[in-house]
Amino acid sequence: MTWTPDQPIVSIHNVRKAFGSLEVLKGISMDIMKGEVICIIGPSGSGKSTLIRCINALNDIQGGSISVEGQEVHDENLDKLELRKKVGMVFQQYNLFPHKTALENVMMAPVKVLKQDKAEVEQRARALLKKVRLEGKENSYPGELSGGQQQRVAIARSLAMSPDVMLFDEVTAALDPETVKEVLVTIKDLAADGMTCILVTHEMGFAREVADHIYFTDKGVIVEHGPPSTFFDNAQDPRTKEFLSQIL
Amino acid sequence: MLDAIQEFFRQLAADHPTWNFIFFYEERQWNKVVSGLWMTIKLSVVCIIFSVIIGIVGAAMQGAHSRIVRGVVQGYIQFFRNTPPFVQLLFFYFALGAFTPTYSPDGWLEVPIISNVGWAIISLSFFAGAFNVEIFRAGVEAVPDSTQEAAEALGFTRLQTYAYVVLPLALRVSIPALNNNLVNLVKTTTQAFVIAVPELLYQAITIWNDFPSAQNPMMLVLFIAYLALVGVLVLGMNKWERSMRIPGYGAGA
Repeated sequence: MTWTPDQPIVSIHNVRKAFGSLEVLKGISMDIMKGEVICIIGPSGSGKSTLIRCINALNDIQGGSISVEGQEVHDENLDKLELRKKVGMVFQQYNLFPHKTALENVMMAPVKVLKQDKAEVEQRARALLKKVRLEGKENSYPGELSGGQQQRVAIARSLAMSPDVMLFDEVTAALDPETVKEVLVTIKDLAADGMTCILVTHEMGFAREVADHIYFTDKGVIVEHGPPSTFFDNAQDPRTKEFLSQIL
Repeated sequence: MLDAIQEFFRQLAADHPTWNFIFFYEERQWNKVVSGLWMTIKLSVVCIIFSVIIGIVGAAMQGAHSRIVRGVVQGYIQFFRNTPPFVQLLFFYFALGAFTPTYSPDGWLEVPIISNVGWAIISLSFFAGAFNVEIFRAGVEAVPDSTQEAAEALGFTRLQTYAYVVLPLALRVSIPALNNNLVNLVKTTTQAFVIAVPELLYQAITIWNDFPSAQNPMMLVLFIAYLALVGVLVLGMNKWERSMRIPGYGAGA
């Protein structure tokens, strides 16, 4: 089956995932079109992070299916590199390589994994760091950068692989309030450029502003979803209403 | 100048019979000291290199999925860490050495393909390597899983993650403990004496067996030589540790 851009770029169907006897995803389904920005919100432990980690096969699943550009993710014969070229991921704790400078962090995967030309990659890496507003920090080590700066390096590092989909796992949760904004601005720029973004976030204002679609998960199921306007102003389910009243 | 030095030590030995620095005025003994020192240096360097390679490979194998592989590494560590290196040298040379094939260069002699120096290198490398595996394992465990996960998400294979991310970080954590173990290794090379490897201790003892009056000076030579050798190693390791320091990361950040 060949994938065409009018089909969902990420298709999640009835996904089940358990850690031992603890079932964290109890049948999740969603379709994400190319260029869409999706925010997944919900209380802690509702399985949000697990879900997006399943999308790039960092976690396995026990039931259902996930496909990216028509390629089944949890296929035994999957070429993981092909998947990881398509799907970039940014983590809550940045997870930069501490022994490499910002520039080297961005260059490492294209050079070592994709074996691309070093000079060409460097040029692209510098442009990416400029794009995330880190010009002048190319030679700084992660330990010398603030949390917000590190997270933007992590975004640039992920973009260097030229992914079609970006996953953001609570990327502002570990940041100081004043640096949250600089990271959100970066993601907003990306979304404006047409990047397909799937975010797990607690930033409701941000979700309302940039998301095309909001999913609210609780206890492993999707309770409610919809475009931000209806979701935030006209929630139907009592659990959604309770969550929103606590957070807004 | 050289004559004056030789004359001085000859006179010293005449005046003080227990301080016969014979190697300073007799070329044959001088050559023994130099060749012993050279053998000690070669043995140390080669064993350091092999033991570090064993440590890195062993630590990687400890992270293997296969329980058999992990069990083999664990068995290796227990055997080599918990038995005396002296006994290991004897075992390798006499027990295993008896089974090694021989070749004949002239049709008369039967020469084993692994010499006593070869066995010393094998034995001491495995001995120090067992400790290095544990040292590197501690370093590998200090690398957060999340950092490895980030590499995985970028498409790195397990081997690439190990080579480019885990190992460089683990090495930095391991250097102080590695330093200790390599110092021990250099000192343990003296035990190769038991299988007649002509290293510095062996040569020193042959000298004082021939010339009992040279015993004190030879002991002095041994102490000074090992202080110097270990000193150079520690200096080098400290320099390496400093050069590996990452701005804003770990101790001294």
